[in-house]
Amino acid sequence: MQLARVIGDVVMTRKDENLVGIKLLIVQPLTPDRQPAGRPLVAVDSVGAGVGEEVFFVRGKEASFPFHPAEPPVDAGIVGIVDHWDLG
Amino acid sequence: MQIARVVGTVVATQKHLKFEGAKLLLVQPLNADDTPRGNALLAVDGVGAGVDEKVLVVLEGRAAGEALGKKGAPVDAAIIGIIDTVTIYE
Repeated sequence: MQLARVIGDVVMTRKDENLVGIKLLIVQPLTPDRQPAGRPLVAVDSVGAGVGEEVFFVRGKEASFPFHPAEPPVDAGIVGIVDHWDLG
Repeated sequence: MQIARVVGTVVATQKHLKFEGAKLLLVQPLNADDTPRGNALLAVDGVGAGVDEKVLVVLEGRAAGEALGKKGAPVDAAIIGIIDTVTIYE
């Protein structure tokens, strides 16, 4: 899993039927000191995240698990909204 | 998932059985500003996309197989939607 900031959203009308009702957000992965880590990507949202929030997301088929028993064809999903993090 | 533009179609007669009836498209991944990013790749089409359309591509094997409606298909990329709008709020 990785830290990220939500920076945008994607709207699609014509899509896989298993994606109906699922929110698509653009996330920018972050380093622990809040610098961009690599390129932005599109992730599905299962926790009610919004633009500007710091979140953590999971990559891979596991991103579809929050929607069980539906199996949307996705490879990245936001699974938590971060309140704060501290570096020791 | 990755935003990409469809740049071509691919025809193959001799192929794995699971590709029967599948449409193969050539897609070019895009940056947030619509410039090309990296190399173009092949994706199976699950939604009826066409050349020049902006699409969302899933880059994971099992998810791509689901988009194709065939579990166990030897695929690693699939188009899962045609994008209406992309908004970046920063």
